[in-house]
Amino acid sequence: MSQPVELPDKIHVGPVIDEGHSLASVSDKVGGIVLKRKITIGWVFGLLLSFAVLQNLAAGATWLIIKGVGVWGINIPVGWGFAIINFVWWIGIGHAGTLISAILLLLNQSWRNAINRFAEAMTLFAVMCAGMFPVLHTGRPWLAYWLFPYPNTMDLWPQFRSPLLWDVFAVSTYFTISAVFWFVGLLPDLATLRDTAKTKATQMIYGALAMGWRNSARHWQRYEKASLLLAGLATPLVVSVHTVVSFDFAVSIIPGWHTTIFPPYFVAGAIYSGFAMVLTLMIPVRKFYGLDDIITLRHLNNMAKVTLATALIVAYGYTMEAFFGYFSADTYEQHMIWNRMTGTYAIFYWCLILCNIITPQFLWSKKIRTSPGILWIISIIVNIGMWLERFVIVVTSLHHDFLPSSWANYWPTIWDWAVYTGTLGLFMTLIFLFVRVLPMITIFELRMLLPGARVKEPVAQ
Amino acid sequence: MAEFETPGQLVAAARRTREAGFKKFDAYTPYPIHELDAAMDLHDNRVSACTFIGGLLGCIGGFGLCSWVSAVALPLNIAGRPMISAPMFIPITFECTILLGGLTAAISMILMNGLPSPYHPVFNVDRFAGAARSKFFLCIESEDPQFNHAETAGFLESLGPEEIAEVPR
Repeated sequence: MSQPVELPDKIHVGPVIDEGHSLASVSDKVGGIVLKRKITIGWVFGLLLSFAVLQNLAAGATWLIIKGVGVWGINIPVGWGFAIINFVWWIGIGHAGTLISAILLLLNQSWRNAINRFAEAMTLFAVMCAGMFPVLHTGRPWLAYWLFPYPNTMDLWPQFRSPLLWDVFAVSTYFTISAVFWFVGLLPDLATLRDTAKTKATQMIYGALAMGWRNSARHWQRYEKASLLLAGLATPLVVSVHTVVSFDFAVSIIPGWHTTIFPPYFVAGAIYSGFAMVLTLMIPVRKFYGLDDIITLRHLNNMAKVTLATALIVAYGYTMEAFFGYFSADTYEQHMIWNRMTGTYAIFYWCLILCNIITPQFLWSKKIRTSPGILWIISIIVNIGMWLERFVIVVTSLHHDFLPSSWANYWPTIWDWAVYTGTLGLFMTLIFLFVRVLPMITIFELRMLLPGARVKEPVAQ
Repeated sequence: MAEFETPGQLVAAARRTREAGFKKFDAYTPYPIHELDAAMDLHDNRVSACTFIGGLLGCIGGFGLCSWVSAVALPLNIAGRPMISAPMFIPITFECTILLGGLTAAISMILMNGLPSPYHPVFNVDRFAGAARSKFFLCIESEDPQFNHAETAGFLESLGPEEIAEVPR
């Protein structure tokens, strides 16, 4: 990584960090949110509300464990339902974090520095929520460890040719590497908090977490190398995770799933929904914590552009799905796509087109890309749209398969909704805690963006 | 230990320190400065080497696990298909490569940096907390063969620092 190159402002909407900031002021501003800022009523209210919603998960999971997966709306043929819809939705949301932290690091995009910490935290929390679903969907979550290969008295081993097992490896690797990358990024900032903390308790906690990091140049050299390697490893990883998720569908022979377009189309959809979620969370955070001088309009503009680009890829995916359904000359494929557009779930399909293809077209306008309020509304619509996409893919393909005698409809029950809303509560609870206990912006990378951080050696005396 | 106001002064000072023949010295900066790698002649590639080995072990281990389980531990003959069906083992091989590679990158970086280190004398200097905020430090250690209390203090003075402090042990 070289020092970030500043492009002339004409090309961009304002700078990556507002003028008037110095090395000390960024440290104090970001660190101060954790160390100095008083706990506000708004934060307490938000946390309590999220925590209350989280109780839905406790209730939903408890009832599920007592009674079994029959409490959900799933049946045969629609055996997947909400569990898989929400799993794919959450995993997809996580992808933006890794994209921002790893791929944009390799591409030397300096604007990522202000948003990567938050986006990575979002990744971790989203993957935690995603992980709930397959585990609960097994119906016997206490036996979930059977998914891992370990020598056992039953003399049984997992089936390594199954995409569902690939998913176990992909998602657990993804979570581990994201957590490691996140912690490595946090090290120097934890040291900053340790050295600026005023009370004994905070010094002890951040000191223990920072492990004695002392900003040594010899350490920085290895540190930078390790970050770059982690970014290089995380880049193919993030692409592989949603590819493997799409294999869960594409490797089967169900009409509408058995297509080669699934991997790229899933990865683009994941990044699309992830960027939408980053916008949904960052726009309020930036407002409430007064961070508009660090997360500038240029960041919003860039994120909106990525959202628009991935929206177009996703639109191409929908078009190709419809075209190949028709062009396959296969009765089942043709029926599937026709049923998707006009059948029981047609309303879901057309809402999805409205949310995911029509709405993002507003982002062509620079005025909209730089108006936080409108951008926030669009980002929420996109989140809903991506959830509908997964609903349409999972349900419309399964509910009408090859034999009309086995057709059936799927409608979620209250327990489906309990678990789903519960994970939203879990996600928001973790976000609320995160913004108060850890620096939500990478302080040391912000310092690198400042004009004063550039090395200008004095002429030798 | 000498304190500097700008990164430029620190890089110049670090270069002069190395050219003066000091070996055991270190710079402390609030963010990574790539010019220092050249000025201090830092080129430790062991993290990359370890990551490569870790990734390679993950790759071999992942493929080995799939193959051993599918061919030896629990062979299932399904219509005479091959026991070691390599293409189907690629995703897990890949994930294991990334997992072990990434973990070794992080762990080797932390261990080679001597972390966790609960105590280090540099923290005895009160102003040193500035290294985690906005100041730049250069420290010559007394273990350096060229170290001589008075001369080294004079040398640091000649680098034009803002402030000089002795680091108590």
